[in-house]
Amino acid sequence: MDEQLKTELRKQGIVATTLQELYNWGRKNSLWPLNFGLACCAIEMIAASMARYDMARFGAEVFRPSPRQADLMIVAGTVTKKMAPQVVRLYNQMAEPKYVISMGACAISGGPFKQGYNVLKGIDRYIPVDVYIPGCPPRPEALIDALMALQKLIDHQPLTGADRPRHLRADAPSEFIVPGFGAHDLEPSQNPEVWNAPLVNISLAGTDDAGKH
Amino acid sequence: MIAATEPIRILPKSRADGGEGQFLEVSMGPQHPSTHGVFRMDVVLDGERIVKLKPVFGYLHRNHEKIAEHETYLGSMPYTDRLDYFCSLTNNWAYALAVEKLAGIQVPERAEYIRIITAELTRFQNHAALIGFLTQDMGASGTPLMYAFRERETILDLFESLTGARMMCNYMRFGGCRVDLPAGWLDHAKKFVATLPRFLDEFERLLASNEILMARTQGVGVLSKELAVNAGVTGPVLRASGVNYDVRKVDKYGIYDRFAFKIPMGEHGDTYDRYMVRLLEMRESLNILNQALKDIPEGPIVDPKTRIRGFKPKPGEAYGRIEAPKGELGFYLVSDGTSNPYRYRVRPPSLMNLTVLEQLCIGRNVADVVVILGSIDIVMGEVDR
Repeated sequence: MDEQLKTELRKQGIVATTLQELYNWGRKNSLWPLNFGLACCAIEMIAASMARYDMARFGAEVFRPSPRQADLMIVAGTVTKKMAPQVVRLYNQMAEPKYVISMGACAISGGPFKQGYNVLKGIDRYIPVDVYIPGCPPRPEALIDALMALQKLIDHQPLTGADRPRHLRADAPSEFIVPGFGAHDLEPSQNPEVWNAPLVNISLAGTDDAGKH
Repeated sequence: MIAATEPIRILPKSRADGGEGQFLEVSMGPQHPSTHGVFRMDVVLDGERIVKLKPVFGYLHRNHEKIAEHETYLGSMPYTDRLDYFCSLTNNWAYALAVEKLAGIQVPERAEYIRIITAELTRFQNHAALIGFLTQDMGASGTPLMYAFRERETILDLFESLTGARMMCNYMRFGGCRVDLPAGWLDHAKKFVATLPRFLDEFERLLASNEILMARTQGVGVLSKELAVNAGVTGPVLRASGVNYDVRKVDKYGIYDRFAFKIPMGEHGDTYDRYMVRLLEMRESLNILNQALKDIPEGPIVDPKTRIRGFKPKPGEAYGRIEAPKGELGFYLVSDGTSNPYRYRVRPPSLMNLTVLEQLCIGRNVADVVVILGSIDIVMGEVDR
């Protein structure tokens, strides 16, 4: 519909919208996060939901203790190898549509503890992440910014067509492999459906072609 | 041990009275809204009653000690922030104190005052937040926590203007502090500290004689004097059991001997006493803060003779300890003369205090476990390191 006509109608007290707009509007403004803190970042997550920052303004203050009632998983803190299977299991237990915010350096890549033998180098190896927030820990404003970024992402999701999101496809998986404890590391060490090690073309280094790229 | 895929298991029961029935083994955590981080308890239940409780740690084991053996001495300072992430400044101080003992460094007077001011502010915000979380565990959904976090945010503003970070301050240096107080900081702090007694009165009026709070905490999780001492429990948990032990008074580290303050003590050792001791400790912190903010002298903030680059203490060992908000926090360092410690060990108060959890919980209901755990005040970053 023509935007001008829409504004004219709104002046008359008539709201014209599409199903997609209405559906996405409702979903983006009532994201219920999982009450799930791992480490330091969880304190900033709590601070974001308290009076000064007040995440309730964005419809995301109802922290649910059960994954069955939550839409949004905020991975707030260091994911260790002992904890990683439980994180993936919690994600699997959440109902579609579900989103993940990877909060802080540890959840993104292992952060300052990356060299540790027990630290997972990024939760995106096992579950798909929608928004990353850098920082150690990110400020509550950064979490609110991530929430708004996620709302924008939801706002533009089409309901039909080839670009429709995962929860509207019958063939897309909504559960992912839960890693087990292997002899030396988690097995599998990553989920290739979600994450692949970035390829670095080493053969170019030190040759004449190196400068061309 | 039960596998994580099998959260509930039924065990055959052999009762002393010969009754029929079954025990239920429930895994509480690691994702549980009341476990204060990723902590699991394997609880064996007789109906609602706790028969056995086994704490399971390690879900946040971040290899702090091993990483520190490969870092320079100063390089470990930011990692200490992340031990007990509520109280980064006291963690910094404990580590700095251990290294200063190891290398024999003197701290200038102004730096000692700054350390005490920041440490007492840290203690205040930790205790306020803890009481908020404790009441939230009892079902007061958010109001006391909101009050506590309102004050905490203002304290974090002070920390931010001083150190540049809200939570991970990384502020102490061997032989002093990183930067001097910014212009106007002291006046700002004085004005803020003057408003805190009003907050404490309000906070106390809101909670102290609340009937639900008393019913849920009085006589719950009684920790006897003997057990507390034998288990190595420290901090407010120990003092609530009636043991007069505070590292600030025992060691007089820093310049704590210059300040007049009392050590609040409990009588019964129950959850209510642990709550009340913290409330009174906050008032004593204000006492110290008022004195320190008034007396702070001018001068250098770091010993000019301290070498930051190429810092290599002589071979030897040292144990530095302070009274962190949760108890005695100690760092044990062994130096072999190189730039990184040979052994780096943390004595976390949360872990030692957690060892008495089973004794406090046996015979109580499941709902009491949540309250008792809240009153012990654990932070998993410190328990698992």
